[in-house]
Amino acid sequence: MSPSTRASDTDKGVRSTIPSAGRSAWDRLRRRRTAAAGLVVLGMLLASSLAAPLLMGDPDAVDFAAVLQSPSPAHPLGTDQLGRDLLTRVIYGGRISFLIGALAVLLALAAGIPVGVISGYAGGTVDLLVQRGVDLLLAFPGFLLALTLIAVLGVGVTNVVVSVAVAAIPVYVRLVRGATLVIREQTYIEAARALGAGDRAIILRHVLPNCLTPVIVQSTLQLGAAILTAAGLGFLGLGVRPPTPEWGTMLGEGQTYLLVHRHVSGSGHLSRGHGVQPGRRRSARRARSTGRGPGIMFAAPRFA
Amino acid sequence: MRAPLGRYVVRRLLYALPTLLGVTLAVFLLVRLIPGDPARLIAGLLASDDEVQRLRVELGLDRPMPEQYARFLASVLAGNFGLSAVTRTPVIEEIGIRMRATLTLAVTSTALAVAAGLSAGVLAAAYHNTAVDYAVMMAALGGVSVPVFWLGIMLMLLFAVHLHWVPAGGSGTPAHLILPAVTLAAFSTAIVARMTRGSLLETLNLDFVRTARAKGIGEGAVIIRHALRNALIPVVTVVGLQFGTLLGGAVLTETTFAWPGLGRLLVSAITARDYPVIQGIVIVFAAMFVVVNLVTDLLYVAVDPRIRYG
Repeated sequence: MSPSTRASDTDKGVRSTIPSAGRSAWDRLRRRRTAAAGLVVLGMLLASSLAAPLLMGDPDAVDFAAVLQSPSPAHPLGTDQLGRDLLTRVIYGGRISFLIGALAVLLALAAGIPVGVISGYAGGTVDLLVQRGVDLLLAFPGFLLALTLIAVLGVGVTNVVVSVAVAAIPVYVRLVRGATLVIREQTYIEAARALGAGDRAIILRHVLPNCLTPVIVQSTLQLGAAILTAAGLGFLGLGVRPPTPEWGTMLGEGQTYLLVHRHVSGSGHLSRGHGVQPGRRRSARRARSTGRGPGIMFAAPRFA
Repeated sequence: MRAPLGRYVVRRLLYALPTLLGVTLAVFLLVRLIPGDPARLIAGLLASDDEVQRLRVELGLDRPMPEQYARFLASVLAGNFGLSAVTRTPVIEEIGIRMRATLTLAVTSTALAVAAGLSAGVLAAAYHNTAVDYAVMMAALGGVSVPVFWLGIMLMLLFAVHLHWVPAGGSGTPAHLILPAVTLAAFSTAIVARMTRGSLLETLNLDFVRTARAKGIGEGAVIIRHALRNALIPVVTVVGLQFGTLLGGAVLTETTFAWPGLGRLLVSAITARDYPVIQGIVIVFAAMFVVVNLVTDLLYVAVDPRIRYG
């Protein structure tokens, strides 16, 4: 590498850090093509989920004359065991999955942030007790914790949200506590205290806003994890109950027919519709936050 | 001054004990959080009122909570998890049988993930910024993105249903192990590959590597004999930390492929509301997780003498 290109590289690096935070984030995103591609896919999924009632018909419309059909112009992804249109159900499923993910993350935030701030700010015995509680939750692998809570609470949308949220709480408590410990020692906190600000005001006005950045970053990752956990529960038949079109639940249902029909009708029909659908090819990191649920729905019941 | 390694090990062991105790307490409280009468729940739906009453006394559910917990803990420590509400066999026996299948799956997957992940990571680092590197990183991105149950069904569809190379599910022959192990290993493989690549690239920039190259050693030997040994330290940790995800994934993978392990037993126990079995498996899983984390911590200190244990 010649000295001149090296210099210009450095210049570019420096310049890109100068503009406002929003601007530089946008620039960085444009340069990282996988991230940009992921964002586009995520955007499309969100948009189609939001616009589902405008785009598609009734996801629960049963048609026994068209059960387990291969893809056709009338049903681009085929139909399921009750003759319901799979594309419609996949798109409506996005609504359910996003909703569960978002609610679970919000619930985890609502519980994790206050507990984390108080634990970090108060220190001493309070901190010790809270952190041992967090240790306890972290002694269970995340998915297993959600699964155990479902075992206790029973299935259903609300319980899935609660279970997934509880599994995410320890992450937030740790994160917020860590940030609070750092912020607590800053000079501006000392200054605020010198000006006569009480603990309440310091926490609400100074500590909380300053520890939100890592929390927001974590939440984008956590949303994907939450959707995935919920889909996993659904796949096991322990999440959202049919007929609600949730991706994991649909996958689990689909698998039944994949195996039953292989067993009953052999593999003669199985070659149909084996093409890879776009949904399977989502490779960008963002795909983690969108769930790969629909992929199988493009494939499984069609093989009947 | 560094504390002797032995003392660190002891301290770390002592630290794991309260966690394990806490796990039993959490499970104990959880099962008692269930709305309704625990005796009836444990007895199962088919039990008569007399049976439930007998069980209540037998389980000590008529006694105060702290005493109940003490008894529960004592029996758990003795390896007694009670009787399954469905099959009426001791839970510990059932766990013992299923444990073999789960351990086989977990160990095979981990070995696979380490072997494949290390090779891929070394390749990617050795051919940094070439098509090889990009291909490995793309595959790794796929590996961390894809949900394990979806991958399982796709592999089953292709290799079992379509190509008939391997059975779609069940157990018995080594061929039955292939699909579940590959499915479960995918995520860990991707993580190990990324970690190996990152760590190796960092190590390759260090002075001692430059010295090794300056001595005229071939690039292959530099990477394998000098750099890789040092780059492996974070990889060891990552393999250990993967274990929790692996256990969660095992529940899903076992269910997908009808693999007769603990995870599948857990799911069927939850469906059947068989609380003694749920209780036992959750404790065993959490204990495995705590122990593996402990071993990882100790291993980390053992492989890297630079780490201060204190």
